[in-house]
Amino acid sequence: MDGNFTDIWVYLSASPLLHLFLTLLAYLGGQKLYERLGMHPLVNPVLLAVIVLVGILTVTRTPYLVYFEGAQFVHFLLGPATVALALPLYRQVARVRKSLVSILFSVIFGSVLATGSALAIAWAFDVSEATLISIAPKSVTTPVAMGISEKLGGLPSLTAVFVILTGIIGAMIGPLVLNILRIKDWSARGFAIGVAAHGIGTARAMQVSEVAGAFSGLAMGLNALATAILLPLLWQFFF
Amino acid sequence: MIGAITLLLGCQLLGELFIAATGLPLPGPVVGMVILFTGLLIRGGIPETVAKVSDTLLRNLSLLFIPAGVGVMLHLSLIEREWVGVTVALIGSSAITVALTALVMVGLKKLSRAGGEE
Repeated sequence: MDGNFTDIWVYLSASPLLHLFLTLLAYLGGQKLYERLGMHPLVNPVLLAVIVLVGILTVTRTPYLVYFEGAQFVHFLLGPATVALALPLYRQVARVRKSLVSILFSVIFGSVLATGSALAIAWAFDVSEATLISIAPKSVTTPVAMGISEKLGGLPSLTAVFVILTGIIGAMIGPLVLNILRIKDWSARGFAIGVAAHGIGTARAMQVSEVAGAFSGLAMGLNALATAILLPLLWQFFF
Repeated sequence: MIGAITLLLGCQLLGELFIAATGLPLPGPVVGMVILFTGLLIRGGIPETVAKVSDTLLRNLSLLFIPAGVGVMLHLSLIEREWVGVTVALIGSSAITVALTALVMVGLKKLSRAGGEE
């Protein structure tokens, strides 16, 4: 009986189907719990799903690369989803046009602040150089951040982890910080979350307000551009 | 639906080609987003099927970050060694960035309104 089960498990885990299924299942579970708890920002569905999946993979001793063979189909959709952010942006084009100058200044400010503050704090804690480089682009959307990290000599896969953690943290504490500051302007709220917490912040903003979601998506795109250009330049200057 | 998916992938592909040709340090999908946005501006509206497919993708954006997030298991030993610095840096930097960026944007919007700029 036990032998049979192991055989089936070995067979299933060799095909991408199982891990694709588990990824979707973990997401649906996380989403359900998130909705049941009133979409509180501190219950992040990505975090819940990642914890469950890492737990399953650790218990079954499944290497990440085997998992990724199934999960890559989901991962691939990040590209087209990023392209699709053109839609909320287009729907808010009148609003964007009205505050174009504020938007451009804010994104440059936010980009330098996001990388600078992360570098300063990590450096103060005396982390290794690989960690320092890998953490610098943490507020930029995953594929761009990985590219920047690689260019500066960091570890792209470590950067991906920092990016995801930043997104989760930003989506969790961002709304609380904005509430404390009593900022009620949905465009500024969305924009700040998008600069700090890229797509994960945008996913959260989109669920709360269409305006916040559009500005968050815009901020995420502009921040990717600004950081991809500014960070390598500043890096050369300082190191 | 297939047409909408083809359009999204086509914009992404154009973005990747643009980057390969210019060597700019940008991600292909972000350029693809700019291309689609420009296209929508020229066309002056969003086709219904494109809206349906894109909105479905965006509603489930969180799902798409899970595979990369699970990658944390590759770096558990490094994070175990440096978790204090990393945690403080990620939380501190996120809070500072959200707070100051929002304040700057609200301030700039007030300024530009006071200055009579459109």
